[in-house]
Amino acid sequence: MAATDTVTAAPRVEASASAWRRLLADPLGAFGLALVVLIVASAIFADWLAQYPPTQLDIRNKFSEPTLIHWLGTDHLGRDTFSRVVYGGRIALWVSLVAVSISLVLGLVLGMLAGYGPRWLDSFLMLVFDAVRSFPTIMFALAVVIMLGPSLETVIFIVVVTSIPVYGRIVRTLTLSMRVNEFILAERSLGAGPVRVLFHHVLPNVIGPVLILASMEIPVVITIEAGLSFLGVGVRPPTPSWGSILNDGYAFIRDTPWLVLAGGMPVIVTTLGFTFLGESLRDIFDPRLRRD
Amino acid sequence: MARPILDIRDLSVSFATPRGSVEALRDVSLTVPQDSIVGIVGESGCGKTTLISTVLRLLAYNATVKSGEIVFEGENVLAMSDERLRDLRGRQVAMVFQDPMTALNPVLSIATQMLDIQYREPIPTTEKRRRAIDMLRRVGIPDPEHRLEGYPHHFSGGMRQRISIAMALLMNPALLIADEPTTALDVTLEAQIIRLLRDLKREFKGSILFVSHNLGLIAELCDEVVVMYAGEIVEQGSVRQLFHDARHPYTRLLLECDPARIEKASRHLPTIAGNLPDLAHLPGGCIFAPRCPRVHEPCRREAPQNYAASKGHDVRCFLVRDG
Repeated sequence: MAATDTVTAAPRVEASASAWRRLLADPLGAFGLALVVLIVASAIFADWLAQYPPTQLDIRNKFSEPTLIHWLGTDHLGRDTFSRVVYGGRIALWVSLVAVSISLVLGLVLGMLAGYGPRWLDSFLMLVFDAVRSFPTIMFALAVVIMLGPSLETVIFIVVVTSIPVYGRIVRTLTLSMRVNEFILAERSLGAGPVRVLFHHVLPNVIGPVLILASMEIPVVITIEAGLSFLGVGVRPPTPSWGSILNDGYAFIRDTPWLVLAGGMPVIVTTLGFTFLGESLRDIFDPRLRRD
Repeated sequence: MARPILDIRDLSVSFATPRGSVEALRDVSLTVPQDSIVGIVGESGCGKTTLISTVLRLLAYNATVKSGEIVFEGENVLAMSDERLRDLRGRQVAMVFQDPMTALNPVLSIATQMLDIQYREPIPTTEKRRRAIDMLRRVGIPDPEHRLEGYPHHFSGGMRQRISIAMALLMNPALLIADEPTTALDVTLEAQIIRLLRDLKREFKGSILFVSHNLGLIAELCDEVVVMYAGEIVEQGSVRQLFHDARHPYTRLLLECDPARIEKASRHLPTIAGNLPDLAHLPGGCIFAPRCPRVHEPCRREAPQNYAASKGHDVRCFLVRDG
């Protein structure tokens, strides 16, 4: 018993340790990881990092240049921009993680059903996916906001609805190419039912491409959230959001360009970080790409 | 005689295609006795794979079983509930596929796959693991304790086919179906796999349904042979009857075409003139008539039935009926 247990446990620990090593050995991966850690840490420790409450007004001190007191200056209401950026990261990450997780799971399940299930189900799901994708995202978002009212939940709902088809289509295509594989036939011939085939055999084969897609969707979602807030239909003011920081600063771009930079840079940094990390993880976790 | 393990009666299967209905199998009857190896031989496209896919109900969506039944240990497979069928697959009937390079899931370790197919066994994981290791050892994988953690791409083609066989035998099925298990392998490996199958059959006391287009392998491995042509069984009997006293013109031509039997040096390999008939538009009469060197008057008019040439030796040809 004990002997077999150690045989089971040893390779797993080794595998995850070597994944870390390889991630850190890949310069792009390590850089991406550093950026992501930076953003995530700043969001988590926002309460300690920010010297001021993000909504505290100080009208006498409006449009302050970056100083030691206000690291990134203040906006037209005298709010501390650095504090707002740090708290805005919280909103951005929360929205993107929740929205991406929900749409990833739903997209996976619907995509596998479309690819593996009967043809009528496939046709129906594809019709729905195509119908959703045929709306321009911003138009769809504006329509939904008018119906549901601007809020964090509305933003998440919009992102989930518009990105389920992105995952669903890819998963469906992968599943279709997977189901004609002999090993699926072999599993079925050995007594595996549809659920077992899908979740034990198809899922591990499609999860890799979908995870990298998800890691690249996180910045897209952040951009959508920022975009909606920029348009004034996302997170409600005065809640800080990178998009609304951009919007507030945009009007004064000639005189106080740091406001726009403060809203725009985090979006860029987060996008790069998650993209680099995603690509690097894909290379590491796909056994077909391993070089050992 | 004991009840046969598998009894296929008058099985007809057709595929719906844009060109119309393709009659892939017509009135196929076949028996696999307990503890024996039955070989199915025939050229590409004659319905071998369709036949064994039907046994496990793994046919494509556009296929329909038009008539017949497949009785496995007294139970009709075609009338089974999906649940019962899943229970049958793997535990009582298992299958080994043609291409070992694609028969294993590339992203799961051998251990994961071999433990996963034991999901119905009410035993602890360590015991499942021990069984998997034991089975890998029996099919000749060296150092199975460590190789179990490997992924399919760590193994060569021959090793992968051994692993596929180990997976198929893991639950000790009564019938193993092997669909050209050596076609994708080279000759040395082919001999090894055949020897392995024969040894395993002795060890596990099950039956094997072995599909191949290699007559030499069939002669070496099997007890009984079924010759298929264009979706019909044209001749069946024991290996001895088939190889020493082939009665159907197609079987004879097939034997003559076997490169292993050529004695005189020649520039050309012998072939059977003509092509398989179009199964969407069947000719009347005997299915082999257009290519048959001994075609005569009744052949084009009516289709022959099975006629016994001797005990256990059935031939679908008028030559046998008319002596």
